[in-house]
Amino acid sequence: MIYDVEHETLPREDLEKLQLTRLKSLVERVYHNVPFYKKKLNEMGILPSDVKSLDDLKNLPFTEKQDLRDNYPFGMFAVPKENVVRIHASSGTTGKATVVGYTKRDIKNWAGLMARSFMSAGASSLDTVHNAYGYGLFTGGLGVHYGAEELGATIVPISGGGTRRQVLLLRDFAPSVICCTPSYMLVLIEAAEAAGIDFKSLPLRVGIFGAEPWSEEMKRDIEKRAGITTIDIYGLSEIMGPGVGIGCHEAQDGLHIFEDHFLPEIIDPETGEVLPPGEKGELVITTLTKEAQPLIRYRTRDITRLNYVPCKCGRTHVRMERVTGRSDDMLIIRGVNVFPSQIESILLETEGTAPHYQLIIERHGNMDTMEVRVEVDERFFSDEIKAMQAVEKKIQRNIKEFLGVTTKVTLVEPMGIERSVGKAQRIIDKREIK
Amino acid sequence: MKVDQISIFLENRAGRLGEVTRVLAESGVNIRALSLADTSDFGILRLIVSDFDKAKAVLKENGFTVGRTTVVAVEVPDTPGGLHSILGMLSENSVNVEYMYAFVQQSGKNAIMIFRFDRTDQAIKLLSEADFTIVPGAELYKM
Repeated sequence: MIYDVEHETLPREDLEKLQLTRLKSLVERVYHNVPFYKKKLNEMGILPSDVKSLDDLKNLPFTEKQDLRDNYPFGMFAVPKENVVRIHASSGTTGKATVVGYTKRDIKNWAGLMARSFMSAGASSLDTVHNAYGYGLFTGGLGVHYGAEELGATIVPISGGGTRRQVLLLRDFAPSVICCTPSYMLVLIEAAEAAGIDFKSLPLRVGIFGAEPWSEEMKRDIEKRAGITTIDIYGLSEIMGPGVGIGCHEAQDGLHIFEDHFLPEIIDPETGEVLPPGEKGELVITTLTKEAQPLIRYRTRDITRLNYVPCKCGRTHVRMERVTGRSDDMLIIRGVNVFPSQIESILLETEGTAPHYQLIIERHGNMDTMEVRVEVDERFFSDEIKAMQAVEKKIQRNIKEFLGVTTKVTLVEPMGIERSVGKAQRIIDKREIK
Repeated sequence: MKVDQISIFLENRAGRLGEVTRVLAESGVNIRALSLADTSDFGILRLIVSDFDKAKAVLKENGFTVGRTTVVAVEVPDTPGGLHSILGMLSENSVNVEYMYAFVQQSGKNAIMIFRFDRTDQAIKLLSEADFTIVPGAELYKM
């Protein structure tokens, strides 16, 4: 089932025509309404009228997270403040918060895109949606909420936390769809097990998971333990929130990016050059329809690849691979690309909890070594040496299996890993690159 | 019949063990028995203390990972073959000893050993039936 057949199945040629019309209007709008873009385009000697084809996109400047911070809070708005009906923001733990504004039409578009997303995941107006994404400045909760209402489904706006209560409501309200982060889904599964409730006996059918990188193994684990189908959802607050892209239940092979609203490119994160279709690199998105805070070529830092092969679900929009890492934290260990988020996924899978960890990279001669330091959590602490060593070995084996990198795994005491501004420092790279 | 043992995760670096004894000393908790198992990276300290709950609370406050394990304290006849009479009987019944250590006692004819079994309840049943003396936790903590 497709929510917006007209737009979601547009032949590529028509889709590109629509994208070009919207791109021209976008550049026009930001040039005249956002001083940041006017300055940037003037410096590069580009006028809005220079955008004549989609190919001209590559000549436009990138927008980075730092640009949003530099223009904190409302400097990137392209409409007067009175037209902004909602503001969301990132937590700002790694710097200044990044703020996003929405007009009435932005909110309506977003709800429509989320309704598309639900239907793509196999849900309909007959479903009840348990929404455990956080409500508030974070875009997850309200994004899902408005989308489910737009679809006409029944929404349970439980938000995050209160795990035991969540489990009881999953049993009592019998939702058929759940939305949360994949790691929180694991927490719910464990809490249900502890409460003697078998997830597989619940009417829950579909899980829509996103907001953090997760592995294929974790996906299978959740599907098996909860007896549901899992669908990936992609989004980021700077672009809109959840619903930038989503998997389809027919193919379950990549996430359709709603290309009539978001124009994706893949670039080489080092050089900024656009890569040919199918190549792996950093995802860059241009918002084609956003009114309050449109962005040109926003660097998401997410690493993925795009697949333009038509999908059997009938949607013509391009598919992106599930995000496996970010360009700003990629490590190269003995030629292998390693993302801390991958290690995190492995740790999550190995112990089912979210331990604090740290990666220490050293170079001995020409050989890189990686040590993974993992804080011992009470949930997997045992008074038996062999049980603790088994944990170390299991983590080591899983990292080797999933990433092909041999690591030393060291268990450390809680708070044994330094934290800066409340967040663990993930990487200590002691290599001296000559 | 069971005894609460506190287990503490320790990184293998100078001063960590001393930190545990300092925290316990400052809160007036007495150590009744202990065993330390270690690897090159970390150790696990197991303690029988005069006040389990207090010890657990103060250690957690000081950032240690602690766990509770149920162990069994058994009086071992102080004669040749004394320990074997216990271990032989248990192994015949397929109860495995995960680890064991001695309880320090100032007086008394028999030694007391602390056992961690793979099947605690079955071990207690077998030991009781064979008339071995099991020392209850409450008694042990203030011995």
